[in-house]
Amino acid sequence: MRRSVALTVNGQARTVEVEPRTMLVQALRDGLGLTGTHVGCDTSQCGACTVLMDGMAVKSCTVLAVQADGSAVTTIEGMAHDGELHPLQDAFWENHGLQCGFCTPGMIMTAADLLAGNPDPTDTEIRHALEGNFCRCTGYQNIVKSIRAAAEQMRAASVGGGGQAS
Amino acid sequence: MIPAAFDYAKASSVDEALDLLAADGSRALAGGHSILPLLKLRLAHADRLVDIGGLAELKGVAAHDGGLRIGALTTYRELLDSALVSQGYPLLAEATDRIADLQVRNRGTVGGGVAHADPASDMAGILLALDAAFVLRSRGGTRTVASRDFFRGAFTTALAPGELLTEIVLPPLPAGAGTAYAVQEQAASGYPIAGVAAVVRRSAGGCDHVAVGVNGVADAAYRAAATEATLRGTAGDAAAIAAAAARVAEGVRVQGDIHAPAEYRAHLVSVMAGRALERAIARSA
Ligand SMILES: Cc1cc2nc3c(=O)[nH]c(=O)nc-3n(C[C@H](O)[C@H](O)[C@H](O)COP(=O)(O)OP(=O)(O)OC[C@H]3O[C@@H](n4cnc5c(N)ncnc54)[C@H](O)[C@@H]3O)c2cc1C
Ligand code: FES
Ligand code: FES
Repeated sequence: MRRSVALTVNGQARTVEVEPRTMLVQALRDGLGLTGTHVGCDTSQCGACTVLMDGMAVKSCTVLAVQADGSAVTTIEGMAHDGELHPLQDAFWENHGLQCGFCTPGMIMTAADLLAGNPDPTDTEIRHALEGNFCRCTGYQNIVKSIRAAAEQMRAASVGGGGQAS
Repeated sequence: MIPAAFDYAKASSVDEALDLLAADGSRALAGGHSILPLLKLRLAHADRLVDIGGLAELKGVAAHDGGLRIGALTTYRELLDSALVSQGYPLLAEATDRIADLQVRNRGTVGGGVAHADPASDMAGILLALDAAFVLRSRGGTRTVASRDFFRGAFTTALAPGELLTEIVLPPLPAGAGTAYAVQEQAASGYPIAGVAAVVRRSAGGCDHVAVGVNGVADAAYRAAATEATLRGTAGDAAAIAAAAARVAEGVRVQGDIHAPAEYRAHLVSVMAGRALERAIARSA
């Protein structure tokens, strides 16, 4: 009983054949070969599988691929443009926001949702937004710092008019 | 983890959803954040999921009769984004911002949380304190059930098989009432160990409106009748608050688990009750 699901993934129209029980994360990783989205807990706790679905951060291990039919999905692979890292990716690199990197795609996608609605978050707001993302390496300090730095860069870019769409 | 195979149907109207749900083994799917983890763990079973997620008629927050109507499919995020909620029902806004995490609030619906009826659910205690009513629709018609008659036990509600919760109706807050939610969460999961929501109005003659909802403590969320009766008519001073808070678990069987044995939880909920009442009274104009 496979079904065809139509998605716009990182700006491109894609279709993927799935069973009703297939989770979005499996459709992305196994169906479309986009392995940047990770599976940590597989029980909606850790946030490693976070992607944007119609602009909103969701845990793709807890969304059926068929529920996403017709949606626009952005994964970590869709963040860089023309070989240039997204400000969030750049900031994580510059600020030691990652060690092993396993949690990083999820952290960045959640941060992208936060910054879209709140371009100048306080540290408390950043930490509140990251409650559903676990990191076993960094101790979070540098993740918060990275998101703050990215926010600053994105604000500067949008004031300058040369901002990169996220 | 992969759930056992199930069939999937997307409903395009409430009537169609009700027809699909009439079949044995069919279950409603809203945001999926309670049912999908259970299916993955194979703690729940469905032959067919009926996706109600596309039903626009069940979404959104609107002013109604001085109060609010909240469509069952409204997500926590949409509640937080609603000015009607933040301005009119600060209790709802304050508590919603603490539910789960950003991603879960983006997908989880108020109606799904209510229908799932986890005894710990923050929303259950809050909706009880706000005197919410639930509108339920089946193929036989529509009925309205008061929140105090809705939560029957752990994961058990007044919903009949094949029935859908379509909206949550909030009456206006009594003019001048103060509201507060005090909760102790389990540190790892964020689920409440004990949560107390209070709506209190203190006027010249004393506390004349007292509504207290409790979640996380008994096998179902409940209204703390003894606490309400003890506070009602008093001046709402510290002694009255203490006397009322001490009775918050009266008449219920307090649950114990690895996070909080029953004796500890009973003490904890009285502390939460004291905090919620104190704050609600301080905010009452
Ligand atoms: C990581 C995580 C953390 C969480 N933390 C908290 C927390 O801190 N506090 C808290 O209160 N909750 C918490 N939750 C629970 C969350 O609030 C619920 O999972 C969510 O609201 C359920 O809504 P849904 O739309 O996803 O429901 P679904 O999973 O789609 O449905 C849940 C159940 O309700 C039924 N159902 C759904 N909609 C209707 C309807 N309209 N009519 C009749 N039946 C219906 C379904 O058949 C199913 O049985 C957490 C969940 C997760 C995954
Ligand atoms: S893998 Fe989805 S939340 Fe952990
Ligand atoms: S960098 Fe290793 S889990 Fe976060």
